[in-house]
Amino acid sequence: MHYRFDIVIIGGGVVGSSIARELSRTTASVAVLERNPDVVDETSGRNSAVVHGGFAYDRGSLKAKLCVEGNRMMGALSEELGFPFVRCGKVLVGNTDEDLRTLENTIKQGYDNGASGLSLIDSAKLHELVPAVIGSFAMFSENSGILDPFLYTIHIAENAHENGVEYFLSHEVSSIAKKDGRHFISAGDDTFEADWVVNAAGLGAKAISDMLGIEGYKVIGSKGNYLVLDKTLGPLLPMPVYPVPSNTYMGIHVTPTVDGNVTVGPDAINTDDFSYYGVPADKMEYLRESASSLWPHINKKDVIRTFSGILPKWVDDNGKIQDFRIEIRDDIDSMAVNLIGIESPGLTAAVPISRMVFSMITERGQFQMKTDWNGHHDKPFRFSDADDKTLICSCENVTEEEIVRAIHNPLGVHTLSGIKYRTRAMMGRCQSGFCHMKIEHLIERKCGIRAEDVRYMRPGSWVLAGKMRECNGK
Amino acid sequence: MENRGIVVIGAGPAGLAAAVKLRRLGAEDVLVIERENETGGILRQCIHDGFGLERFGKSISGPEYAALLKSEAEELGIECLTGTSVLEISKDRTITAASPSGVVEIHAEAIIAAAGCRERSRGSIMIPGERPAGVYTAGTAQAYMNLYNRMPGRNAVILGSGDIGLIMARRLTLEGAKVSAVFELQDHPNGLERNIVQCLDDYSIPLYLSHTVTEIHGKDRIEGVTVSAVDGNLRPIEGTEKYYSCDTLILSVGLIPDNTILEKAGVEIDPSTNGAVVDEHLMTSIPGIFSAGNMLHVHDLADFASAEAEAAAENAFLYASGKLDTGRNLSVVPGEGVSHTVPGRITGHGPFTASLRVRKKERGKTVEVRQGGKILGYRFFPLVIPSQMISVDAEAAAGCENVEVIVR
Repeated sequence: MHYRFDIVIIGGGVVGSSIARELSRTTASVAVLERNPDVVDETSGRNSAVVHGGFAYDRGSLKAKLCVEGNRMMGALSEELGFPFVRCGKVLVGNTDEDLRTLENTIKQGYDNGASGLSLIDSAKLHELVPAVIGSFAMFSENSGILDPFLYTIHIAENAHENGVEYFLSHEVSSIAKKDGRHFISAGDDTFEADWVVNAAGLGAKAISDMLGIEGYKVIGSKGNYLVLDKTLGPLLPMPVYPVPSNTYMGIHVTPTVDGNVTVGPDAINTDDFSYYGVPADKMEYLRESASSLWPHINKKDVIRTFSGILPKWVDDNGKIQDFRIEIRDDIDSMAVNLIGIESPGLTAAVPISRMVFSMITERGQFQMKTDWNGHHDKPFRFSDADDKTLICSCENVTEEEIVRAIHNPLGVHTLSGIKYRTRAMMGRCQSGFCHMKIEHLIERKCGIRAEDVRYMRPGSWVLAGKMRECNGK
Repeated sequence: MENRGIVVIGAGPAGLAAAVKLRRLGAEDVLVIERENETGGILRQCIHDGFGLERFGKSISGPEYAALLKSEAEELGIECLTGTSVLEISKDRTITAASPSGVVEIHAEAIIAAAGCRERSRGSIMIPGERPAGVYTAGTAQAYMNLYNRMPGRNAVILGSGDIGLIMARRLTLEGAKVSAVFELQDHPNGLERNIVQCLDDYSIPLYLSHTVTEIHGKDRIEGVTVSAVDGNLRPIEGTEKYYSCDTLILSVGLIPDNTILEKAGVEIDPSTNGAVVDEHLMTSIPGIFSAGNMLHVHDLADFASAEAEAAAENAFLYASGKLDTGRNLSVVPGEGVSHTVPGRITGHGPFTASLRVRKKERGKTVEVRQGGKILGYRFFPLVIPSQMISVDAEAAAGCENVEVIVR
């Protein structure tokens, strides 16, 4: 098919979808091309889910500025978009004189960056905030928080869609041609003709940048592995606990999730394979040992899952990590916004990033604003909202009605992982032992597809070989 | 809120047997709560035979066993709320449950918690590697095949020699799938001897002891596993890695009593079984709440779970009539060579039976129940193996010293 849009955004993660949502305020036609079958399958869904304070980034950097802005607006954003967010605060725990100096400098840097609510606290106050924590003192960031990274991204995307943005999932861009000032973007069997192109491809951004002719960026992957702990642990951890940061890396931390689990991680291992998410045995052990020096409740018996995420870091020739790059290169392509190295704090900063991109585009073109734009997204439909409370997932109390609504999601995601990220079914301690087949069966029935066509995530991730035997169509 | 007599949670082999027993004892108001839409529990998906020898005197399939229990329950007019999941139990025995008609609250004179167990998952044993589709617990694969008529894959490797894994090796083979091998971390099989013979040997499926999966491969669907031999400390031995191509990995790596609701209620949990700490009457640390079957500790046979639940029913009936001795005076702890023992508390007022598992396979051993220097009971076993639950009768303990169960 050949499609024609005013603006095509490549990448439907939290940044691409935020940009789409901002641009949906205008009457421009907007499309999002996402290579995965859902919007949270890469970095947007694979992270610590921490809303950062903005103190950890160099003065004057985009990372600092946009993170502080993102942090400030997160409360209002979560109200508007109905995703779970808790401003729970966080502590960076120290023990030595050197730690103390680093934390003092971090606070200074934070205030220079515009962050607020940063203070040094003594052991008594630290243990009042996080009873079990191991450490002598800490820096407390009262405005840091945690959110549900799946619903955050999905609600932004769904709201963009609600406001007219078209999503093309499972559309990986293979080439971009330019002719008469227009872009011709090939993705699968489809071609997208567009005036503007926005490269928000995250891990794929360097490749897209090259396709746009903006060459020379060096981007490395920084892979972080995580452990997920059972919900019995959440109540013991009121806020994220971090070690003292280095210049380049936040350190292995323990983080409560908005749903009461705890994540442990990430380590940071450079990689040039941007699609290998395996978690090695030695890393699991390392995470447990390392984080146990901060918090004593990390036991193997409570691990319910592991996962990993990869951050695209833009580095210079010496390997030094650079700032976010958000640019229009007039010398190469004046109708392309190029985003490179959008790593942490990209989750926190996604909306400020998108507003910046919005300004860059609307300053240069004639864009009319819609009068009927609606930025509201309902809170997720949950157990308490269902009339029929027959449970499908009894670890996370997910009803059949929630599953069915999730199957009929506006973006048209029909994968098991899509249902999982939207409902939390299969995320509990039994890890889908009792509900996998029920959810698969509902997908078959509600989507009218065959067993062998149900996918876990990507096209190759078939769930079943098919029917075992043919018998009266059942 | 509804006030009821004795409420049984779970309608599997334990729950249904408890309910039937209660009615036969004369309990007038017995209510069973079951989260699935049908009664029978996991029996429904166990279409192999070998059930019922103890309880019904014949070897039958799981669904047949369930049907017999169900017809007994129906004859006795036992009410069963299906599609109803217990969310919470309070200390005063108020049950909050999610049902097709919304959230219901039921107060019970006594509760028998018999909701079974769950399977250890990939996450809980932390298998390294990628996270593709096609990694299933044996029970999930079994449900897909036997309840949903769905084929999980065509070329399987099985990790763990638990009974369901062995049964699934045969089941998959019979449905035309290839089962390359079964790998067991321990140096002994975890399942029953009869299942090794009937499910693996008869189909020439090799069983490799002291081996485990050390990496899962495949970005989307599983494509293979790396398997390594392990040493005496169960650590993978470098240089022994071997790659097995497969499109399915079945995990049969242990069952865990599912005690989320009892834990939340504040019932004392035994970390070695993951079940409640009960006394010889199978009563938990909350008076009037009893536990039995695989929710208490994982049994070898459904028949044993049923039998234990009947004992719980007798005691719950006595409790509801105000006739049960409820002192929890002494602890019973696993000692040398014993991985866990039930009960963990005793009143000390009468004889009791210790049900236990040993840590390792040994020949010619005596299992003793001791209090200080005094032997309360003992039994000689020509062979003890961890995969077989054994029991020893003991006489009443006196005094206040803790009781220990040991292998010697």
